[in-house]
Parts: sequence; structure tokens; C-alpha cells
Amino acid sequence: MATPPIDRLARATPPSVARKVRGLSDRAIAWIFVAPTIFLLLAINIFPLIWTVRLSFTNFAANRPNREVEWVGLRNYERILTDEGTWANMQTTAHFLVWTIVLQVIIGFTLAWLINRKFKGNDLLTTLIVIPMMLSPAVVGNFWTFLYQPQIGLINYVVELVSGTPASSFSMLGPGGLAPWSIIIVDTWMWTPFVMLICLAGLRSIPDYIYEAAEVDRASKWRQFWTITVPMVLPFLMLAVLFRGIENFKMFDMVVLLTGGGPGNETLLASIDLKREAFEKWRTGYSSAYAIILFVTVFGLASIYVKALNKVKER
Amino acid sequence: MSAYSVTEPSKASKWVAGALVVAYTIITLLPLVWIISTSFKSGPDSISYPPKVIFEPSLEGYVNLFTTRTRIAAEDFAALPPAETWYDQVVRDDGMVIAGPSRFGERFLNSVIIGFGSTALSIFLGTLAAYAFSRFKVPLKDDLLFFILSTRMMPPIAVAIPIFLMYRELGLSDTHLGMILLYTGVNISLAVWLLKGFIDEIPREYEEAALIDGYTRFQAFRKVVLPQAATGIASTAIFCLIFAWNEYAFAVLLTSGNAQTAPPFIPTIIGVGGQDWPAVAAGATIFLLPVMIFTILLRKHLLRGITFGAVRK
Repeated sequence: MATPPIDRLARATPPSVARKVRGLSDRAIAWIFVAPTIFLLLAINIFPLIWTVRLSFTNFAANRPNREVEWVGLRNYERILTDEGTWANMQTTAHFLVWTIVLQVIIGFTLAWLINRKFKGNDLLTTLIVIPMMLSPAVVGNFWTFLYQPQIGLINYVVELVSGTPASSFSMLGPGGLAPWSIIIVDTWMWTPFVMLICLAGLRSIPDYIYEAAEVDRASKWRQFWTITVPMVLPFLMLAVLFRGIENFKMFDMVVLLTGGGPGNETLLASIDLKREAFEKWRTGYSSAYAIILFVTVFGLASIYVKALNKVKER
Repeated sequence: MSAYSVTEPSKASKWVAGALVVAYTIITLLPLVWIISTSFKSGPDSISYPPKVIFEPSLEGYVNLFTTRTRIAAEDFAALPPAETWYDQVVRDDGMVIAGPSRFGERFLNSVIIGFGSTALSIFLGTLAAYAFSRFKVPLKDDLLFFILSTRMMPPIAVAIPIFLMYRELGLSDTHLGMILLYTGVNISLAVWLLKGFIDEIPREYEEAALIDGYTRFQAFRKVVLPQAATGIASTAIFCLIFAWNEYAFAVLLTSGNAQTAPPFIPTIIGVGGQDWPAVAAGATIFLLPVMIFTILLRKHLLRGITFGAVRK
């Protein structure tokens, strides 16, 4: 069928001209499409951040909105940074952060390396292994308190079965110093699959011919592992550590339901302490300064880390 | 494939690797199996020691989850007409009667409304923005991933302080709308970034062809790009839904009754003399099951979603 002349004409018109004639320009569309998102980000992310900064210089208390608000300058910051409790919480957070990352990297990488043997059924197992990390941390934390019960819990029972230590002689969440490790165990249980998935993507991105070439050069398997596998997976692994680091620095839900920061202050992570200051003691100004200090810490550490990550990638 | 390949692992190493991974899978799934099995235990069975692996299944946990019960005087109890329904019977076996429905149904419904509402809004706004970012020149494009990461660096409690004050002023505290807007605000950066990745993969030529054929830019977007991006949109939606579904910190700080979702509610289920573990387990099972199913559906795009699109396969 012959094309009608009008269509031939339309096709001859340059698309940029045609677009201007028909409806909105690209520029207008771009703005209309992006504006609502920018607005929402400003309202829910940026504006609250600015407000928090403002509040951090005052003695405002949200439960007493009618009290006169005083401008206190940097006093909140000074008090937080000279408070021994804050530094103790930072240490608790660092302990949690370092151990969860170490364990998740070791177990996650090993699992990925094993799964990459491409045995039958590895896809199904990967999917099953991944399930814990998708679940609600609050519900998981709540349920692990049941597994950790000293008298009736499954974990104590298994420990007794394996090691012979009587189940009633220790308490995973109670006094005795085990609680900081208990929260590390649950976090590792939940998030090892995350590190595993990312490592697996790294391992699968290594082309076979590199190993073939190494084989021709008679490099041992051990040497291949350290000179090919590890350096090629490293950028992926570092990315996984970045995500886990940020997430665990602000860890709240899972631990709050497991221990609530206790016993004593043994598992009082920075976020949980912040919640107490802000919503139990209602020291809004003080806790705003606390929040800003935490944010600046993560932001600073992450920026340095991303720079290092980009260097590794470029190599 | 050749008969001998240096990169193909040996049979023995495959066996060993397979066995170790199977062992890990069993250990890691044990707590989940335990949750589900506890939900089918009776009260005494759930707290017996040593823990019972084989037990007589009971729906007590589920019935307790959805009802409130009271104990009544022995003579009144004896005078009751026979139980009308199976769940009446389950409660009577414990020597109690049903007093009314519990709040779990409402809380679960809140989770559904807020989860789906915020997901729909994030996807709607996110798809538009992602299309613009993908097809038009936008300044600061390269810094976007870091910006998105940085919006997630704020501890939720830190954001909750001003949001709490803002919502109190606007009358949005403890409302569905407030929670939907909040979760959309948190999810939108993830949605834009993931969707941009998916739209980038659709060849521009398709749209250009449509534009030449007389479509307007908007029509090309609707009739050419959207159908092509359907899979990406669906998996992004599931990620947003899972986040909203699982969220606890904002929910516990900003809602108290009307708009409270299930995660802050489940830990408060209390029975006689401590937590009612079968009911808690039943709540957890009902709540976690949809996520388990979605995870299996999502498995191909999982990596992309959890790394904000930084790793693609």
C-alpha cells in the first residue's frame, strides 16, 4: 500500500521540530516528571535535616511545646562529645559493627565461593538462603527472644546438646556478657546472604579465560585464588561492606526488640540511645545534636570509603 | 563443552561444596521452621523443655491471635450452650470464652493499606522521574547514587524527630496518609534509581521510531516505554512494598493506634503470664509468609534491588 503524502511529509520533518509542534517540549516534560519527586525528597529528607540542625542549637523539648525555647549555641554538641556514656555507646556500636562485618564477610564469601562450584540445585539453595534478609527485622528480633529464652529456648537446648553445657546455666540475653554476641549472631544470620549474593555476582563476573591463561602458565590453584579471584571480587566485597556498615551503624529495630539495649547498657547502640534521649527523656534539642553527630560520622566515613572503593575499582 | 575444562570444578569438589551449602541452608532455615512450627503448637507445648519437635498440631495460636478471651466463673462456663464454631471450641478447651476480635486484623489491614499505598505512589512518581533522568540531560546525575545512599545514612530516629513535630502541626500523626507519604519519601530514591537502571536498558530507538510515527513524547512514554519496563517496574514495586511492610522505627514512633502497622503490634501480643508464643508465632508466620513468597518471585532481580542498582547481573 502506498504511503499517503501527508505521512511522507511528516516523516521528512526533523523530529525536534515535530515535537515542538505536537504538545509539550522535552524540557517541560523533564521538569513535570521530576518535580514531584524532588518536592517529596525535599519535604521528607532535606527539610527535616535542616530542621534537626536548627533544633540542635536549642534546648527545645517536644513534650513541652509552650516552654520558651532558648538558643544554646554549641552547648548540646559539647555535652554529647564530653559525655562518657556517648563514647561507651560508640564503642558498643563499633563492636557490633566490626564483628558483624567480619563474620558476614568470611561466611558470605565462603558460601558464594562454594555456590560458584555450580553444583546441581545451587539456584534453589541460593534462593532459600536469601530468605532471612528479606524479613521484618522487628518481627525477627521479637522471635529470636523466644529462641534465646534461657529455660525453654531452642538455642540453649542446641548448645546443651552439642557442648554439654547445661541449658539453664547461661542466658543469651541476660547478664553474663553474652548479649552483645547474641545480637551479632542474629544480625549475621540475617545479613550473611546479602554479602553472599554480592560476592557471587563478583565471582560470576570473572571471565573463564583468565583462569585458563593462569592454568597455561601453571599457576597453582592457591596462587590463582589470591592473584585472580580475590582482587577481582574485592570491589564487590567492599560495596557489600559499605552497605552493611551504613545499615549497622544505624541499627535500631532488630536490637531494640531483642534486648532493648540491655542488660544494663551492654547492647545500647547509638541509635537506641538516641531514641531514649529523643522520645523517652524528650530532650529534643540535645538529641537533634546527637543525630547530627551520628549523621556526620557516617557521612564522613562513607565518603572516605567510597573514595577508596573507586581507587580499587580503577586498578 | 570440551571433555576437560580447567574452569569446570571437579566432581568431588562439587559434591563437597554442595554438601556444605546444604548444611548451611538447613541451619539458617531452622529458626524459620521453628517459628512456623511454634505457631501450630498449643501453649504448654510451645514452652516445654526439651523443645518438642513432634507435637499434636493445634490452631490455638491462630485463634488467640485474632481474638480476645476471658475466663468466666465455673458455673457459668458449665451452663454455656455447646460451642457453635470450631474456634469457639478451641478457646473453650482452654477453659475460656471468646470476648471479641483482637486488633491484629486491623493492624494487618493497616500494613496492607500503607504498604500498597506508598508503593503505588513511589512507583508512579519514581517512574516519571526515572524516565526524565534516563532520557534527558539532568545535572548531577553521577552523584545521584551517593546522594541516595546519603538519604539512607540518617538513622531513622534522627529523621523521626522533625517529622514527628511536622506531622503534629499538620495533623498527620497516626494517619494512613501521613505514613504513606513518609514511606514514599523514604522509598522514592530507591525507586528512581532502580527504575532508571531498567529504563536505561530499553533502546532509545524504539521511542524515536514512535516519535517519527507521530506519537507525542508523552504517548511514546506511555505506549512504548512503559510496557517495555513492566518487569522492572514490578520488581521495583516489590522492593518498595517489602520495605514499607517491614518498617518498624517510624511506625513505632509516629503511630499509636489508628494507623499502627503489624510490626510494632506483634511484639505486644501478651497472653496469660507472659508472651503468648504460639500467637506471636502465628502473627509472625502470617506476616512473614508474603515476603518469603515475594523473595522467591524476585530472585532474578534481588541483587539489583538490595544494592540500589549498583550491582547488576
